[in-house]
Amino acid sequence: MSTVRQYELVYIAAPDTTEEALAELHQQIATVVERFGGTFEKTEPWGRRRLAYVIGPHREGVYVLDVINGPGEMVAELDRRLRVFDAVIRHMVVRVDDELAIAERAKVRRKSDLVARRLRRGLPPEPTESELLRRKQHGDDDDSDAGPAFGMENER
Amino acid sequence: MRDDDRESSGGRGGGKAGAKKDGEKGGPRRGFFRRKRVCKFCVEKIDYISYRDVKLLAPFIPERGKVQPRRISGTCATHQRRLQVAIKRARQIALIPYVTD
Repeated sequence: MSTVRQYELVYIAAPDTTEEALAELHQQIATVVERFGGTFEKTEPWGRRRLAYVIGPHREGVYVLDVINGPGEMVAELDRRLRVFDAVIRHMVVRVDDELAIAERAKVRRKSDLVARRLRRGLPPEPTESELLRRKQHGDDDDSDAGPAFGMENER
Repeated sequence: MRDDDRESSGGRGGGKAGAKKDGEKGGPRRGFFRRKRVCKFCVEKIDYISYRDVKLLAPFIPERGKVQPRRISGTCATHQRRLQVAIKRARQIALIPYVTD
């Protein structure tokens, strides 16, 4: 009936919010999530951050990220509740399961393509150790068809 | 680099069309040198562009705060689309400015 999906909820509390108020806020959210049979994947407090632009009177905010599994009705309710809290100056809920699935599929496909390409050339499916070593020395990319990388070598 | 390109207002249409075609078809044969542009996300094999990753998005947001066009950054269509969504989300939660003057 109602399908469980994964959502990311980010909310920004006013910078003068106390620890207790934040805990209270989280409790409120948890209550809603529980009521709809949802679960928390993780909660990640980012702490105080400078806002990129002024929201009302605020230049800073306390960011909190929640990754929640639950049905869509839960999101509607969360959204409604969060709009009411005075301490929350901004919030956003984003559905992420589909996007993460796409990313995962791309990763798997790239892997299998690499294996297929290697087999076509009569190589073992996984790069051997001597190959990896040589690649490191020459600074080669592991895909022969990839374009030349320039300048930006910040690895993720 | 190429600040002139992005600062001129009303950049789409007319005057630029010819220059663009030349750049794509014949390579750098006009007066100035144009480096081969590559999609950063394809090269670095970044599958998921998250709105939370400000460090990743920052190079695609020039001073003004607009989204850098594909013709300048070289991002491929697929990744530009995802990048655009990520930037818009990041703006909503004040990680990135809408405009800066």
